[in-house]
Amino acid sequence: MTAKPKVGVYICHCGINIASTVDVETVEEYAQKLPNVKVARTYSYMCSEPGQVLIKEDIKEQGLNRIVVASCSPRMHEPTFRKAIQEAGLNPYFLEMANIREQCSWVHEDTGEATEKAKKLITASVAKVRLLEALESKEVDAEPAALVIGAGIAGIQAALDIADAGFKTYLVEKTPSVGGRMAQLDKTFPTLDCSACILTPKMVDCASHPNIELLSYSEVEEVGGYIGNFDVKVRKKARYVDFDKCTGCGDCASECRVADRFPSEFDQGMGKRSAIYLPFPQAVPAKYTIDPESCLYLSRGKCGKSPKCQEVCGAGAINFEQEDEFVEFKVGAIIVATGFDPFDASRKPEYGYDDYPNVITGMEMERLVSASGPTGGKVLISNGEEEIEPKEVAFIKCVGSRDESVGNEYCSRVCCMYTAKQAHLIREKLPDANIRIYYMDVRAFGKGYEEFYDRVRRENVRYIRGNPSEIFKRGNKLVVKAEDTLTSTPLEDEVDMVVLGVGLEPRADMRKMMDLLRLSQSPDRFFLEAHPKLRPVDTATDGVFLAGCCQGPKDIPDTVAQAKGAASSALIPLARGKVTIDAQVAEVNETTCRGCGFCVEICPYSAIEMVTVNQFGHEVEVARVNEALCKGCGSCSAACLSDSIQPKSFRDRQILPQIAALGAMK
Amino acid sequence: MSTESQTFTEKYDLLGCIQCGRCTGGCPVTVRADLNVRQFVNDAYDEDKLGQLARLAEIWDCTACHTCAVRCPKGLKPLEVLIGLRSMIVESGKVEPTVRDALQSVLLEGNPWEKPRATRQDWMEGLDVKIAEPGVHVENLFFVCCTNAYDPRVQVTAKNLVKLLNKAGVDYAFLPEDESCCGSEVFTLGEEGLFEMTVEDNTEYLNEFKADRMVTLSPHCFTTYNTHFPDLKNPVIHYTQLMDELIQEGKLAWKGELAKKIVYHDPCYLGKQSGIFDEPRRVLKSIPGVELLEFERSRERSLCCEGGGGKMWVESESKKERLAETRIKDAKELGADIVAAACPFCVLTLEDAMKTLGYEEEMRVAEIMELLGEFTEA
Repeated sequence: MTAKPKVGVYICHCGINIASTVDVETVEEYAQKLPNVKVARTYSYMCSEPGQVLIKEDIKEQGLNRIVVASCSPRMHEPTFRKAIQEAGLNPYFLEMANIREQCSWVHEDTGEATEKAKKLITASVAKVRLLEALESKEVDAEPAALVIGAGIAGIQAALDIADAGFKTYLVEKTPSVGGRMAQLDKTFPTLDCSACILTPKMVDCASHPNIELLSYSEVEEVGGYIGNFDVKVRKKARYVDFDKCTGCGDCASECRVADRFPSEFDQGMGKRSAIYLPFPQAVPAKYTIDPESCLYLSRGKCGKSPKCQEVCGAGAINFEQEDEFVEFKVGAIIVATGFDPFDASRKPEYGYDDYPNVITGMEMERLVSASGPTGGKVLISNGEEEIEPKEVAFIKCVGSRDESVGNEYCSRVCCMYTAKQAHLIREKLPDANIRIYYMDVRAFGKGYEEFYDRVRRENVRYIRGNPSEIFKRGNKLVVKAEDTLTSTPLEDEVDMVVLGVGLEPRADMRKMMDLLRLSQSPDRFFLEAHPKLRPVDTATDGVFLAGCCQGPKDIPDTVAQAKGAASSALIPLARGKVTIDAQVAEVNETTCRGCGFCVEICPYSAIEMVTVNQFGHEVEVARVNEALCKGCGSCSAACLSDSIQPKSFRDRQILPQIAALGAMK
Repeated sequence: MSTESQTFTEKYDLLGCIQCGRCTGGCPVTVRADLNVRQFVNDAYDEDKLGQLARLAEIWDCTACHTCAVRCPKGLKPLEVLIGLRSMIVESGKVEPTVRDALQSVLLEGNPWEKPRATRQDWMEGLDVKIAEPGVHVENLFFVCCTNAYDPRVQVTAKNLVKLLNKAGVDYAFLPEDESCCGSEVFTLGEEGLFEMTVEDNTEYLNEFKADRMVTLSPHCFTTYNTHFPDLKNPVIHYTQLMDELIQEGKLAWKGELAKKIVYHDPCYLGKQSGIFDEPRRVLKSIPGVELLEFERSRERSLCCEGGGGKMWVESESKKERLAETRIKDAKELGADIVAAACPFCVLTLEDAMKTLGYEEEMRVAEIMELLGEFTEA
């Protein structure tokens, strides 16, 4: 069915990467003599324009119909060379890469042995390339809509960008309001913009944008399908408040029988809220929500004679009969922007966070210095009798970061700067306070950060190099036990207040998202991107992108930049309207498939399902591959008892001769 | 792992240190001694300087409480650097006679107290003690510990335990008189060769006995077996864990009331190093009438009594207040009637401090087992 194979072998020097270890000329000479090889050449950089031209001209002039490129990993340049041979009129899948760099020159020192290995690898590739079949990649329509999960600054920005580009965007937020962590912050380093002032316009925009459907107090329950065609199911949790009727007046919350009794999540538990509440005054949407756990009526079935909120609501918006609702829709791309959890300071019991009210976390300090916070922005501590201003304030950095003893080896990237910023804010409010920051290193890497660190130091904030080991109480004072490592002096530093610069951790409930979207974790447990440098917002699941701290700790500028990157990546299938499905997928031979279903269970991408087909008048079950989901990994093929499912380009009849060629060479 | 092939830097992972100072910051003895363990970790990188470092007197101030190791963000054990330096001195033979004699006694008699092996079971006199036999299964195999066996002050721990086990009908047996020291203090004194031999010999010896678990009386034996003896067949627990179990199962009955305020002192080897905080407290709380107090510095932040790290055989040169005295003063301020501990070393050092301070009339230091013995019946 195909013409006699005429193979061209192209051996790359990769500068000196390959050529300094592999004798490429000898390999070229050897390759020329291999069966079916019409031409073999070497070139300094095969991936360069002239290198590609070399291949293209040979194809045309010498009538080559199969190409072997002996260079780097196929992960690197397989797409490059496929495109090149396609431009010369060949089927792009008539290509085989022999990896003589990562798997040869980079890992061997002896030129003789490396050269012999390169020969073997090329022999094997030639053996295989002769047997490759022409494949066609397919295109399917992409749904012109996107789903963004999480409405912190990352999710908000990504949603706004996609919506501005003209596509429908579903923005799903778990809590009653958009805004996320950034809404809780007071001022932002290093420019000291008020966080709420720069965030709230974006929050309002994403609720009013004609292309954004905001699903607040909602969670993604199911995701099916594949890039371009995801089927999404979202649970809209019952607020027990009629969304359309609620005017946000707040009468309910002030009249609630358990008004201001419960720790406010927004104020990090330092302020109180009622059972029916708006998380914070600028919340979007400005709709009240009843917390079923703290509401007397919902948790105990009784609230006085009748629920107070219901009595006072002029709009008649309270509805205790409300139930969760489900909405289903289709999208072409998904952005995950689920954020982070602050490190739980209780996990470092030596700092006494659970025991001492005046040991607080950085997130708590944000609320304490905020004009909208529980103290109206006054920095106050309790001395047991009254609220006073602290005189001696200590910050401790790297709490829960760079610390193997709590399993977090990574640097959280924001604590150095938020600590400096908070020291500055305290200096403004308490000009006479003695402020010191205990540090191991100061990482002020961003634009304007080092300058800010400089400024804060000159505002008489002492930086003491040493990471404290323990905090205990002596009388009314907190004793910070540390060492000033620059002078080798052990210290027992008596202070009034300690701020723990807690780091950022992956969300405790991230497993759910991993299962829904087939995401994995990097060693730091944050979501794993497809490539740490070149595909930083992509994931292993096509069409699913990452934005913000769910991928790793980030400051606001980096988060916004990444959100914009994720949005632009998500826009590619939406704008194109089509997605290309890779041709190297598994294929089932339905006449030999025994319908055992092993492959269905083993497939890591849930790409195989069992279907009933009619064969010779009999209804039989066979496996069928969803080509859009299949990654061609071959797990199914290894498990199949009857060799009925095989990935194209990696069929037994193609790879066994390749393996044999490796073994035959001694 | 062969130590010969490793440099000092590799053995203690000195290059992993980021000089953050949490070790020295947490070190309890810095308030009274010139020890800066971080500085040692820093300086020991220079192999030429090791001899000089080993001759510094402060390496003997370390109590091996392990706070430095527990707090280290990079998984280093700074105290072991000091132990490594001690071992250079031990190897050269230039150690205090007290240390030399203790080590020799472990080698010859199986205990550091210079007592004959033949008298290891004298504490059992007058008691009906079940003795373990190799190969014969028993649920709870008891390892008494040299200090509990020989020191007249803390023998009561073992004695009361036997009475209580007999009454409660627990399936148990104590190891016979060929039981030898666990090597905890041999390790911290830096006698590497003897410790290696102890691990080999004790592993072989203890594995001859079939048990569901081995119960240790001293937290030092408990933690040493659990961290340095990888090939032990029987799991190792501390006796407070067993007592906690017996109380939960209702196997102990109380007689009378102990209407006292008790403050529990967490032994470093039981608490900080092994995470056993709640069992001893539950045991104490279950005694009728007891009001349990807490030190300001308790649990993970407990203050060391300075009994470990071979300090039983090395006198500190510092004239400043001993940590055990600080501890007793704190207890007095709390209004405690009894300072309870679950470790023979803690009992000895705390009681000594109490006597030095002259609080004998108003206060008492007691092993938990002492109190249980007084207030339980089967």
